Amino acid sequence: MKLRGKAWKFGDNISTDHIAPGRLFHLRSNLPELAKHVLEDADPEFPKLVQAGDFVVGGNNFGLGSSREHAPTIIKLAGVSAVLAKSFARIFFRNAINVGLPVLICDTDQIDQHDELEVDLAAGTIKNLTRGVELVFAPLPEVMLTILEDGGLAAHVQKHGDLRLE
Amino acid sequence: MGQTLAEKILSRKVGRPVRAGEMVICPVDVALTQDGTGPLAVRQLQKLNMVRAACPGRTVLFIDHAAPSPRKELSNDHMLLREFARETGCVLSDVGAGVCHQIIAEEYARPGDVIIGADSHTVTAGALGAFATGMGSTDVAMGIALGKTWFRVPETFQIRVRGRFSPGVGAKDLILHLIGRLGADGATYKALEFVGETIEEMPMTDRLTLSNMAVEAGAKVGLIPSDEETRRYLAAMGREGDWQPLAPDADAEYERVVEVDVSELEPMVSAPHTVDNVRPVGELAGTKIHQVFIGSCTNGRLADLAEAARILSGRTIHPEVRLIVVPASRRVFLEAIDAGYIRELVAAGATVLAPGCGPCVGVHEGILGDGEASLNTSNRNFQGRLGNPAGFIYLASPAVAAATALKGEIADPREVLA
Ligand code: SF4
Repeated sequence: MKLRGKAWKFGDNISTDHIAPGRLFHLRSNLPELAKHVLEDADPEFPKLVQAGDFVVGGNNFGLGSSREHAPTIIKLAGVSAVLAKSFARIFFRNAINVGLPVLICDTDQIDQHDELEVDLAAGTIKNLTRGVELVFAPLPEVMLTILEDGGLAAHVQKHGDLRLE
Repeated sequence: MGQTLAEKILSRKVGRPVRAGEMVICPVDVALTQDGTGPLAVRQLQKLNMVRAACPGRTVLFIDHAAPSPRKELSNDHMLLREFARETGCVLSDVGAGVCHQIIAEEYARPGDVIIGADSHTVTAGALGAFATGMGSTDVAMGIALGKTWFRVPETFQIRVRGRFSPGVGAKDLILHLIGRLGADGATYKALEFVGETIEEMPMTDRLTLSNMAVEAGAKVGLIPSDEETRRYLAAMGREGDWQPLAPDADAEYERVVEVDVSELEPMVSAPHTVDNVRPVGELAGTKIHQVFIGSCTNGRLADLAEAARILSGRTIHPEVRLIVVPASRRVFLEAIDAGYIRELVAAGATVLAPGCGPCVGVHEGILGDGEASLNTSNRNFQGRLGNPAGFIYLASPAVAAATALKGEIADPREVLA
């Protein structure tokens, strides 16, 4: 599957408090509303201007902090097709796969704000169409690939009636 | 080849020897959610027609993050959690009982357990020798219903600690120092294993502080061997029968060994906006502080309140500071009342709030104004954490917090104690 869209660049250590802050705790049971504020504390323009298919591009340790699954969920709900970063915090990474949001580890120094990207999930490549460079991303562990292909963890359990990961 | 604590616990649970790097499907002993993550977990189970728990007596739904509720939306979420507990027989820990991780330590965690929680600081129970880790709502929902989850067995960093703390310095300074050294992502996906003479002599209350913050270096678990101190703590909680010894093998394989000598350690402070931005208190002394928060799953225990009371007793906090004190659990609150600490803190000017998370996550009870700074004994200082992205958060020990409340600016407790 190929994904195409514009890059929204963020720095290192983007925390779940940037993505889904505690001051909006009361919106956690209203995810479409919470999604209107996604990442606004890191870039106020982002939730207003992000378009379906766009990419969130971080630096090191993207998604550090709390276990709130609402963070990857609202990134996905905002229309983002994948998150690219040099590295991810553990819980965010696992949550993103569980909610069916691709998370790709690559050298994001090769991507600037608003670059046009094309991601080939099967081939493991990212074309930066603006800069004319091609990046590769590390393949996901087998277990996570299975979950992602089933459409997330809930869909996986629904399909098999159990965890079928071994 | 010997096993690390993480390998040993998971091997016993899955019934065969496992090594770092392997994927395992593992039974779960205790599962927990809180009011920020529980509603999503409940809705997932409802959507899948799986409104049940494999082990309801050891599945706990906590209401601690927004407790008592400040808004109707959250009150409705609380109702959903109460209803789910009624339907499934799961345990509900309602408003005023305290912070999830404190209650898990007091009432549930056993050495050798596997504990999953929809809260990143679930790692706290590692202090009791439990493989305890944080996950998202869906992972924990599936764990609740199926009674199992999957893990990649983590590699381990062994943290060997030696030396005696000098007065005014303690476990919080040690863990802040370590996070500064490792970096906020220095131990991502890894297990931390705390060992050495300093840990052996350390009371459980301080061990819980260490394990609690393992996640701030990115770690999956923060484990401490189960020893006589673990037994003593469990006995004090009325459950000595839950004790068993647990130690890593002498020939276990570690990805990295980190040595720390605490005898020269100073009080440490983590400055905005990342936890690994750690400095000795002297470098930040004099920074104007508007609010001090003593509490949370990191440092809201009896010994923490005692330390603050010792510094503040018979004195008055600075007129331009709000001091917010939140006991971590009802048990802690009652013991602090009996010991007179609450009286001393209130007399010094503190505002005492119901056991729970208090202002820690920026939902209620102490939101900062634009440009204001808070010094907290909690574990995170990310931008926006106290409900306002235009606020600034410093993290430190209860001793530094009490000294800072007295002075109205970041202060070295050794000067106040002297
Ligand atoms: S006290 Fe703070 S860190 Fe601990 S569980 Fe509550 S919100 Fe999370």
